[in-house]
Amino acid sequence: MNKVAFSKEALDEFEDILTRYPERRAAMLPTLHLAEKEFGWISPEVEVYIGELLETPPVKVREVLTFYTMYASKPRGKHHFQVCRGISCDLLGCAKIKAHLEKKLGLKSGETSKDMKYTITEVECLGACETAPMMQLNDDYYGLLTSAAVDKLCKDVS
Amino acid sequence: MTEKIISKFFDIKDSHTIDVYEKHGGYTAIKSALKTKSPQEIIDEVMKSNLRGLGGAGFPAGRKWSFIPKNSPKPKYVVVNADESEPGTFKDRYIIDHYTHGLFEGIMLAAYAIDAHTCYIYIRGEYVRQAERLNEQIKAAYERGYLGKNIFGSKFDLNVYVHRGAGAYICGEETGLLESLEGKKGWPRLKPPFPAIEGAFRCPTVVNNVETIAYVPTIMEKGAEWFANLGSERNGGLKLYCVSGQVKNPGVYELPMGTPLREIIMKHAGGLREGRTLKAVIPGGSSAPILKPDEIDVNADYDSLAKIGTMMGSAGIIVMDDTTDMVRALYVVTRFYSHESCGQCTPCREGTGWAERILKRMVDGDARPEDVDNLVRIANNIQGNTICALGDAAALPLRSYVQKFRAEFEACVPAKHRNDKPEEESLMLVD
Repeated sequence: MNKVAFSKEALDEFEDILTRYPERRAAMLPTLHLAEKEFGWISPEVEVYIGELLETPPVKVREVLTFYTMYASKPRGKHHFQVCRGISCDLLGCAKIKAHLEKKLGLKSGETSKDMKYTITEVECLGACETAPMMQLNDDYYGLLTSAAVDKLCKDVS
Repeated sequence: MTEKIISKFFDIKDSHTIDVYEKHGGYTAIKSALKTKSPQEIIDEVMKSNLRGLGGAGFPAGRKWSFIPKNSPKPKYVVVNADESEPGTFKDRYIIDHYTHGLFEGIMLAAYAIDAHTCYIYIRGEYVRQAERLNEQIKAAYERGYLGKNIFGSKFDLNVYVHRGAGAYICGEETGLLESLEGKKGWPRLKPPFPAIEGAFRCPTVVNNVETIAYVPTIMEKGAEWFANLGSERNGGLKLYCVSGQVKNPGVYELPMGTPLREIIMKHAGGLREGRTLKAVIPGGSSAPILKPDEIDVNADYDSLAKIGTMMGSAGIIVMDDTTDMVRALYVVTRFYSHESCGQCTPCREGTGWAERILKRMVDGDARPEDVDNLVRIANNIQGNTICALGDAAALPLRSYVQKFRAEFEACVPAKHRNDKPEEESLMLVD
């Protein structure tokens, strides 16, 4: 197994995370977020590395990694489209938005494009129902979506 | 002109900054409390204000604080629940974005009241921008001496940290949240012990929703009685109602607790779109039993909604007009609970998945004759048989949609299946 390791900056951030909690293991979620930022996704090698950092067996890392939906346990595209399928979005036509996006990118929900540019994921309620139908593209929310708005988003990131 | 407390900051430019917050009277309550009030006086005041737990459970906030042991040698914690994941709920996002320091001042008052020196704000992972805002404003508060050692020159120390979740509805359940804070998967704990005795890191902990905490500074500033009188009996103050779905003006509306549900939808949220009629209303997030149009002449507060067999929950009001397919709506809601069931308790883990599969074939027009009754039987077998309330949250819509819109569910059984024998699977259910 190739040894992975945080950069100096990431290690500093990790040390800062540790100061927030009375127990080392509590740093698990923030450390996984940090690792995802650092490595792009959480590979089995990264799981082992985080286990070492937190002085906990790697199985405890995997248990958390696989429980939460946001962590990438396989590589994701550079632009991650997360289409909300919650009840308010469904009432306002998110199925059409999803279909339009899938057609536009030539991908099905759950898939990543071969060039690693795009991933589409259907997600549960994102807490922005007043802007339904909406989606999250990487870290930002986009609401009141129409087919034209989806076209524009796709163009902006292409 | 009706009173506004939190939402008046939504339209003020840079209301999330210390300077603007202070210009509008911010941080006076904590400064005065640190000098002139004992922790017990704060708890008493919050108790008198009838402030309820606004995340969904509606438990009186002051009473929750009063359960924290006074003489425990252990450290105590304030944990703010910003997981906001009940479908139809989006008010805490507005509070974090626009009333950031109001939230912090509430945290300071809560921490002083229970003698906690550490607070964690547990925010759902998807709220990346809101977590950034919190971190940036926490930094600003430290720089002014409003957080850290000897806040506002008092002898009181307080550290506040942001802890991001990572996509799990169950972490909005307070003990699931605590597990997640401790670095584990969010499996809810058996209660007792309640978090007030053994919460974060096995220490006494108060877990409060963002909105609950955010009303505390105003209560301290204007008095418990003033706040209580804004609302209805035993339901103090104002409430941020979230209206979404098929209405003209979806959004957050801050109104007196107990405002009639019909008024919230028809007046404040602008009513239905042109030419449409009302079919159903979810009054408090997708877990709440659904209401028919003739049931919405009810005051939207915890006690009044409970009285008619539904709940206030997170005040996520979801409006459905006559274009709504109730079978599909229940499928979408149940798919959510099935996806979010943490898997710890069998009735919830298996029951939500089973109900989702039944509803999927109903949506596809391929249901079996026993399916309609089985949805109700599955709900009855989940409810009350699980560690946390997610099971009930899944069961309540199942039962209420089928009972109130039964004909639509029966219409999903095609003629070719009308005389089929029940599948063996359904024999597993207990009546």
